[in-house]
Amino acid sequence: MSVENYIVLACVLFTLGAIGVLVRRNAIVVFMSIELMLNAANLAFVAFARMNGNLDGQVIAFFVMVVAAAEVVVGLAIIVTVYRSRRSASIDEPNLLKY
Amino acid sequence: MTPDVMPAPSIDYIALLPYILVGAAGVIGVIVEAFVGRGARRPIQLVLVFGSLIGAFVILVVNRATQGIQAEGALAIDGPGILFMGLILLLSILVALLMAERQLDPAGDAFAPRASALPGSEDERELTVRGYFQTEIWPLFLFSVFGMMLFVTASNLLVLFIALEIMSLPLYLMAGMSRRRRLLSQEAALKYFILGAFSSAFLLFGIALLYGYAGSVEFSAIADALAAEPGQTALVVGGTALLAVGLLFKIGAVPFHAWVPDVYQGSPAPVTAFMAAAVKVAAFGALFRVMYVALGGVRWDWEPLLWIIAGLTMLFGSVVAIAQTDIKRMIAYSSIAQAGFILIGVSTATAQGLYASIFYLVAYGFTTIGIFAIISMVRLSGGEVTRLDQWAGLGKRSPVVATSFAIFMFALAGFPLTSGFIAKFLVFESALAVDNLGLVIVGVIASVMAAFFYIRVVVIMFFREPVEGAPAAAVPSATTTLALAISVAVTVILGILPEPVINLIEQAGVFLR
Repeated sequence: MSVENYIVLACVLFTLGAIGVLVRRNAIVVFMSIELMLNAANLAFVAFARMNGNLDGQVIAFFVMVVAAAEVVVGLAIIVTVYRSRRSASIDEPNLLKY
Repeated sequence: MTPDVMPAPSIDYIALLPYILVGAAGVIGVIVEAFVGRGARRPIQLVLVFGSLIGAFVILVVNRATQGIQAEGALAIDGPGILFMGLILLLSILVALLMAERQLDPAGDAFAPRASALPGSEDERELTVRGYFQTEIWPLFLFSVFGMMLFVTASNLLVLFIALEIMSLPLYLMAGMSRRRRLLSQEAALKYFILGAFSSAFLLFGIALLYGYAGSVEFSAIADALAAEPGQTALVVGGTALLAVGLLFKIGAVPFHAWVPDVYQGSPAPVTAFMAAAVKVAAFGALFRVMYVALGGVRWDWEPLLWIIAGLTMLFGSVVAIAQTDIKRMIAYSSIAQAGFILIGVSTATAQGLYASIFYLVAYGFTTIGIFAIISMVRLSGGEVTRLDQWAGLGKRSPVVATSFAIFMFALAGFPLTSGFIAKFLVFESALAVDNLGLVIVGVIASVMAAFFYIRVVVIMFFREPVEGAPAAAVPSATTTLALAISVAVTVILGILPEPVINLIEQAGVFLR
């Protein structure tokens, strides 16, 4: 199977993640969609590493995983705090700040 | 294994000392939080913060002649990089002075005693009564500054991404730590986090595409690949666009500005000052380096795009700010408009544009910190008073504070004898030097519209009768006073005597690659 297919798959996953962020209401699901986007980028990095014949992309994928883990820590802390004070994880409900 | 299979990297630790100092102080700060008693934490954290920031700045100034690509091509410590880092450190020191304030709020400082306590709960009241204070914000602040220093000197797209996250993740938390109006603050943190993570995913995918094109993430390798193969492919165009989305989000340029007003309004005033001043400097520093060094070969593609974005950003920020009734939101929209003016400098793709933008960032950064110092001072018992109509008559009750605020408003509007005038002049001049008359005309129209709402604030403060129960400016402690005095001084001096600073900026030379 050619490397190009993986790139196409990465683009599809990235787009799915982006659509998920835009249409889903639950903060946790939105957050999962963002993780999907990051992992789509990882797939692209690994596929490009194969295509370019060097290891940079594979190493970058590891760094991205670490960053994604740190992002989960911070993100869940914020989402759980908001959930505790509002009893809801919907991202449409916090709407005190507008206009 | 023979030594030449995997040679040890050569790292010049002396050149990296400013980074090490700030990063290590942040790590020590975390350890202090874990092991030192509650009462002793604040003095230790303050020593760590001010010691490391001032120390890093001094080392940077002393070592300014040692320039070069450091850490195996990861960091480019060059003239513009040192300028950006120095500016970030100076602005951070001022922000730290605002954060250390403890006299304005009767309950203590601007931050919730424990960010995890439910707003309005028994728990939170007890923590306040017992006099507990948030000191975890200091290490978070240092990590963010550390990330910014890496961000403006990153010479490789991977370091750029990591630095962006080191800078942003603590900021998301800091946005949610306000002592007053906790629900607004938490909402700001949630919005900032979701949108920030969304935009950094775009940035990362852009990096992946550029890596696919060039086979390397080093800026110099990407520039070489573009020079060797001028016919651009979809990978370069797509990668550049996605990368720009991530960076323009941090800058707050239209159409990636949606988070700015909400986050600026909800966050505690010192944190907003940090976001408006230092983060903007860092994001512009990174944008300049990426666009000039790595993607200079395709500048015919990104220049027109930046013209459009700069024009839209200036016009949108200026128009929407007119309709605002909340002072923090008005400043937020004004900061969007200011970002548009700085983008003019980026879009010229010349060294003159770079210098003009750096001067603009100096002027804008100090003015903004002064503005938020004053916003944190105008308050009633329930917290800051940000409704614009309640500021009526402030000039009578607190003439010194109101006059300082008027100076900042004139500076943002670009009146002569303030730093804002020189900054706008330099930026427009750099655009005219590349024959971009259209953008200058849009910029002038936007400044005229913006002048309306800046002057309106001055009119409200000085020429309108105060409303019932209107606030006066509280008397701050020495730290806020110092930060405010420095901001006023820089704003005025840069307006009257800009030459020394302009000369300093022009000595910076160009980006190394």
